[in-house]
Amino acid sequence: MTINHYIFLSVALFCIGIIGVLTRRNMIIIFMCIELMLNATNLLLVAFSKMHYLAASVTDAATTVGTDGQLFVFFIMVVAAAEVSVGLAIIVMMFRNTHSIDVNFLNRLKH
Amino acid sequence: MGITQLLFWLLTVMTLGSALMVIFSKNPVHSILWLIVTFFSISGHYILLNAQFLAIVNIIVYAGAIMVLFLFVVMLMNLNESSSPVKNKWLRFAGVISGGSLLLVMVGALKDTESMQKEILMNTGNIGLINNLGTVLFKDYVLPFEISSVLFLSAMVGAVVIGKK
Repeated sequence: MTINHYIFLSVALFCIGIIGVLTRRNMIIIFMCIELMLNATNLLLVAFSKMHYLAASVTDAATTVGTDGQLFVFFIMVVAAAEVSVGLAIIVMMFRNTHSIDVNFLNRLKH
Repeated sequence: MGITQLLFWLLTVMTLGSALMVIFSKNPVHSILWLIVTFFSISGHYILLNAQFLAIVNIIVYAGAIMVLFLFVVMLMNLNESSSPVKNKWLRFAGVISGGSLLLVMVGALKDTESMQKEILMNTGNIGLINNLGTVLFKDYVLPFEISSVLFLSAMVGAVVIGKK
């Protein structure tokens, strides 16, 4: 496969996430769409890592070019897990205050 | 068309279809279950690229931990159908239009780039295995690794403090 398949797949996945954020008003669904966009980025990072590994392994068979890209994916997953735990706590707190998880109720920054 | 290409297209259709089902299904529980399908197919992509450590971590962290957290939160606040009040058709239409035009712009900008035809090494190569990744993680990236543990600790404290009130 060439890199453009993966680029177009990631762009499509990212745009699906953006459409979800823009059209849905449910706060949990918006969070899931953010996860979708993070995963599109992760997939593209792994694809680029393998692309550079193939280009470097032609001259040197024991090269480890491209390892950094996969480690960045690992760190993105770490940050996403921390973000989701705090974000879901915020959603639960907001549901206790307003008895709804619709983001339209949050547009006044007061209750 | 080899088996790798066949698997790539199958996983691509699965990923995009289930991602569309995430944003278009009415019930939030269905959205979460479709998102789990999306994560499994992205893990399939990682396995196809021979990034096996990331495939397993993706399944464990996303499908195992984060999605269970989402399901718990949805089940904690029994949402009924009447909790989706205002349905502005034009706002929804504008969202779809702007997302689709972003897709159009990105595809149009990237379509004729000269490095777009570079090959990717599929299903061989050992940089994605735990041997290589662990060595680099604990040699070159040991400081970010430790800082991420502090980040987890602060996220845990923050979740407890916010959720306790």
